[in-house]
Amino acid sequence: MTKTILTIKDLHVSVEDKEILKGVNLTINAGEIHALMGRNGSGKSTLSYTLMGHPRYKVTKGQILFHGKDLLVMPADERARLGMYLAFQYPVAIPGVSVSNFLRAAVKAKRGQDVPIKEFRAELKDNMTKLGIANEFLSRYVNDGFSGGEKKRLEILQMALLKPEMAVLDETDSGLDIDALKTVAEGINSLASSDNAVLLITHYQRLLNYITPQFVHVMHNGEVIKSGDSKLAHELEAKGYDWITQELVAQA
Amino acid sequence: MVAELRQDDVLKNVGTDYKYGFHDAEKDYAFKSGKGLTREIVTKISQMKNEPEWMLNYRLKALDIFLKKPMPKWGNAKLLNDIDFANIHYYVRATEKQGKNWEDVPEGIKNTFDRLGIPEAERKFLAGVTAQYESEVVYHSIREDLEKQGVIFTDMDTGLREHEAIIKEYFGTVIPSADNKFSALNSAVWSGGSFVWVPAGVRVEIPLQAYFRINTENMGQFERTLIIAEPGSFVHYIEGCTAPVYSSDSLHSAVVELIAKPGAHIRYTTIQNWSKNVYNLVTKRAVAHEDSKVEWVDGNLGSKLTMKYPSIYLVGPRAHGEVLSIAFAGEDQHQDAGAKMVHVAPDTSSIIVSKSISKNGGRTSYRGLVKVYPEAHNVKSSVKCDALLMDEASRSDTYPTMEIDEKDVTIEHEATVSKVGEEQLFYLMSRGLSQDEATTMIVNGFFEPFTKELPLEYAVELNRLIQLEMEGSVG
Repeated sequence: MTKTILTIKDLHVSVEDKEILKGVNLTINAGEIHALMGRNGSGKSTLSYTLMGHPRYKVTKGQILFHGKDLLVMPADERARLGMYLAFQYPVAIPGVSVSNFLRAAVKAKRGQDVPIKEFRAELKDNMTKLGIANEFLSRYVNDGFSGGEKKRLEILQMALLKPEMAVLDETDSGLDIDALKTVAEGINSLASSDNAVLLITHYQRLLNYITPQFVHVMHNGEVIKSGDSKLAHELEAKGYDWITQELVAQA
Repeated sequence: MVAELRQDDVLKNVGTDYKYGFHDAEKDYAFKSGKGLTREIVTKISQMKNEPEWMLNYRLKALDIFLKKPMPKWGNAKLLNDIDFANIHYYVRATEKQGKNWEDVPEGIKNTFDRLGIPEAERKFLAGVTAQYESEVVYHSIREDLEKQGVIFTDMDTGLREHEAIIKEYFGTVIPSADNKFSALNSAVWSGGSFVWVPAGVRVEIPLQAYFRINTENMGQFERTLIIAEPGSFVHYIEGCTAPVYSSDSLHSAVVELIAKPGAHIRYTTIQNWSKNVYNLVTKRAVAHEDSKVEWVDGNLGSKLTMKYPSIYLVGPRAHGEVLSIAFAGEDQHQDAGAKMVHVAPDTSSIIVSKSISKNGGRTSYRGLVKVYPEAHNVKSSVKCDALLMDEASRSDTYPTMEIDEKDVTIEHEATVSKVGEEQLFYLMSRGLSQDEATTMIVNGFFEPFTKELPLEYAVELNRLIQLEMEGSVG
């Protein structure tokens, strides 16, 4: 039986009184990988921030449900503890806070209790090896002076440790060279399971060469205007976005 | 520093977040001077201490200077003018005796230091301790091996009795009585403080600590510290301080003089955590001779008003000075702190790093001076000030002064003011950290360049204090 994790209903979102999302609908079930594609400025990142609860994004209408629970009444930390995760497109630096302290605090917050240090180290080491992250990484300050690739690896490392039920990956492929892209994609593939779901936000198809989504959605001007299977991504790669908007005009 | 608290203490401190605010009864006090400052009181202090004539004269001369000198018109002139010098007890002696074992310290006072965690800290990681309660040092110890190597670590009064020749030679040479109004006041009524003398070539690898506790209301504490590091020696001295919470103000006005002889290295660490009714007006200055190194590691968390600018006079070639300071100002607090580097000799270098946080309307100021004398060529100096504002009501100012009278110098200055970023908070909260946890983490990270210079136990304590201050800080 399919288990629905995330339901987005007629979602309208404004930033500084400008409406960005104009009625988004999306249902994501356990075991599914969805890709959300679209041009820059189509509202993809707004959706990701809104799902996680950024205070600057005001929901003016609609609903976001997580296992039927209303996410909109919860601040970001509560959503995270419930099982939401956002891999940021541009993760911010936290100077003076080491990666290891940060990860331990995050894991403690998510699991609601301290993880024994030995157990934590082992789990950390294992995931770092998979993602090709060197040990020195742990003593560096969070995202401070990191290369694009290092930032994205840290986002995936956090996802591996926090084990979210619903992971939203915002442009995780941007700024990565081909080797880093492969490593990150393998990391995501190994984390995806029948118990969780992933929403990949991207405007290039190239990440989808390594991760195959069951569903592909196209966002335009704050709405999902077309949904399909993975073939849609290839079609977009070949033909660009214009044909869909033209289709839309023709229908109107 | 790691005292357990009873529940009534916790309740008493609700709303203040200050766990050192308790006070002891004073019924068995040996002596408490009346309020106000007179020649008679100064003479009485000197007589009670059986001081040599020259020290009494030194005090009386300083008193004249204090009375003549006007109050500084800078810093926080309004708060300074609120000080009622006639309403202060200038000398309070709680007990007649000084203990070399904690068992010898009167029960009530010992309990206080137990609650402040001093005996425990001593057992764990210190090479020597003095504990000052009101005007006098009530406990003092130094590890035997250091004593055998000739290291002197004692309170200043004992120092004057037992090592008069050294004290007479150096006392007041780094900070003369007439330096400023408060150094004059200290010179007139000083009591307690530490005297440290490290013989040539001796390295004191484990820190020495002094702890200062004010107990009585309207108290003036005026400790006097002199540290002399002979050529090639090393010493790390740490001081901490707390006071009870009272509705009226107390005054803490210390004078600290450091002398680093050629090739010596002195590190002086302060964790100032006075209650918010204490004026903390302290003069700290070091003289650094050739190839020596002096570091002030200065943490200011407490007090109502702090005005303190640790200084280093780099008088010998290749001397190096560093001031690393943090300041935290909450509601009704003004931390006016900074540093002064005076380059007198060539090839000298200095680094100033100042970090401050203001919250709930608190105010921090960085006030600093870099001075380079003519012919002090090849001087390098770097100044970096970062201020973090937690809300709109708080304030931070920077007053850097540069007086450079030599061309062959490299001077860098950088200052930033930032707010706790919404993006940083959101990032950490999106990982499950509550807003308080996220804020604390950002703030601890901001102070990290300071904290990492502290011995581990102090770093842990400092992070805990910051956590207390941050709870419920962001609305």
